[in-house]
Amino acid sequence: MSFVSVDNIFLRYGTFSILERVSLSVEEGEFISIVGASGCGKSTFLRLLLAEEQPTRGEIRIEGREPAVEPGRERGIVFQRYSVFPHMSVRDNIVAAESFDKPLGRLKRGERVAARERAQATLDRIGLGHMGHAYPTALSGGMQQRLAIAQALTARPRILLLDEPFGALDPGTRLQMHDFLTELREETKMTVFMVTHDLQEGFKLGDRVIVFDKPRWDPTDPSAYGATITYDFDARNNGIPFQDILEADHAHPPA
Amino acid sequence: MRLINRQPSRALTVFLAMLPFAALLIAYSVASEIRLAANPSDRLLPSLSTIGETAVRLFTEPDKRSGRILLWYDTGVSLLRLFIGVFCASFVGLTVGLLIGLLPHVRAMLGVFVAVISMIPPLAILPILFITFGLGELAKVVLIIIGITPFLIRDVSQRVVDIPHELIVKAQTLGASSLVIALRVALPQIMPRLIQSVRLSLGPAWLFLIAAEAIASDLGLGYRIFLVRRYLAMDVILTYVIWITLLAFLIDWLLRVASRKLYPWAGKGL
Repeated sequence: MSFVSVDNIFLRYGTFSILERVSLSVEEGEFISIVGASGCGKSTFLRLLLAEEQPTRGEIRIEGREPAVEPGRERGIVFQRYSVFPHMSVRDNIVAAESFDKPLGRLKRGERVAARERAQATLDRIGLGHMGHAYPTALSGGMQQRLAIAQALTARPRILLLDEPFGALDPGTRLQMHDFLTELREETKMTVFMVTHDLQEGFKLGDRVIVFDKPRWDPTDPSAYGATITYDFDARNNGIPFQDILEADHAHPPA
Repeated sequence: MRLINRQPSRALTVFLAMLPFAALLIAYSVASEIRLAANPSDRLLPSLSTIGETAVRLFTEPDKRSGRILLWYDTGVSLLRLFIGVFCASFVGLTVGLLIGLLPHVRAMLGVFVAVISMIPPLAILPILFITFGLGELAKVVLIIIGITPFLIRDVSQRVVDIPHELIVKAQTLGASSLVIALRVALPQIMPRLIQSVRLSLGPAWLFLIAAEAIASDLGLGYRIFLVRRYLAMDVILTYVIWITLLAFLIDWLLRVASRKLYPWAGKGL
C-alpha cells in the first residue's frame, strides 16, 4: 500500500464543483510539486491533504490510517505568509513545535531547558542561531520561511505541505531556499507536497510534478465541472526520459 | 511640493503641539478678563490666577470639618471605583471575547445577543442598578462594568476572528488543543489589542463613573463637582475637571507604555 493514498476525491461547494475524480498515490519520501493555473484547486487540494477541509466524496489516507477530520501533528504546513507566531521569539517558535501538544502548551522545567538547547541547535543549523531572541518581524522574508520550515519539521510530521512557500521571496533568496530545502530533504527523507506557481521550481525540486486543470468545460455552466490531475510528470533527471500523460483519460479529444 | 508630503521639523512639531493648548488658555483668559472687567465678582469665568489659588488650596488644605484633604480623598475613591470596574470589564471582555472568537458554538449562541445588549444605553438602566444594588459602591462599579463590557467583548471577539487563519491552522499541525490555541496563540496576540480597546473605553468609563457619583454618592470626583455646582464654584469645578483630564491622560499614557514594554512585537500603535 502506498504511503499517501488519495482515492477518488470530489469536492463541491453547493453546486460549485471544485475538484473531481482526483486520485493519487505517493510513496514515502517522494517530493510532489503541484502546479496549475490560478483557481484550479491546487491550494484546495493541499487543504484537503491537511484535513482542514473534508472532501465531499472519497478519502485521503496516510499509511492506510483512518482519514483525519482535522489538522494534526502528522501533517506539517508552511504557508506563504503568517507561518510563524509573531508573538514568540525565534527560538520559542521552534520550542513551540515541541510544547504545543503538551497540556497548557508548556513543557516541564527540565524538559524546557533541553528543548531550548535543541531549538538553539536547530537555529544554528539553519543559520538563525544569532537571531534566537529576536521576534520574527525582525527577520527577512527568506529567514522567516526558513524558520517556518524548521518549525514544521521539528514537530516530526509524516508529510510536509508547502503552500507557495517561496512565492513572496526575491529570486536570489528563492534559490538559497531551494538549496536549503533540498538539504533538509536529504537529511529527513520527508514526504513533501509543494504547491507552486513556478514551473521551473516545481521541476527542480520535485520527484513528480502533478498538474491540476479543468479537463471538462461546460460553456453554459462553468462551475459544473471541477479540476482534476491532468498530468503526472516524472521530474527526476529533469523530467527526461519519461512522463505519464493522463490527458487521454480525462480530456475530450478535439472534435 | 504637495501638502501631504511636507513634514514639520522637530521644533515645529513641538510648537504645533503646544499651539492649541495655548490658544485655549488665551481664549479663556480673554473671555474671563472681559467678564471680570464688567463685574469683578463674576463667578462664571474665574481668572486663571484664581483657579491656580483654588487648586493650591484644594490640593494642600485639609477640610475644616473632617480634617482630610478632600481632593486626594475624592481621587482615591474615584480611582478605586474606576479601576475595579475597568478591571472586571476587561476580564469579562477578554474571556467572553476569546470564547466567541474561537468557538463557533459560543459565537452562534452569544454573537447576536452581545450585539443587542451592547445597544442598551447604560445610563438608562442606572435607576435599575441603584434599586438592585443599592446606593453603595457596587452600583457605581456595576455601571462601569455594564457600560464598557459589551464594547470590549465585541472588540476582542472581532480581533480574535481577525487573527490570520494560517496561524490557527499552524498551531493545530503542531498538536495544539483548543485550550492551548486559546492560551498560547490567541491570548498573547489579543493582549496588546485589549489594552488598546481598554484605552478607548476609558473615556466612557469616566463618564459612567462621574454620572453615577453625581447622582448618588458622598465622596468622589464626580460627587464634588456636582456638589459645588450649587454654589457656582467654577474655580473648584475647573480644578477638578483639569485634574480628572490629567489623570485620564496619565492612565492612557501608562497603558500605552505598558503595552509597548510588554508586547514589543506588536509594533507601534496609536
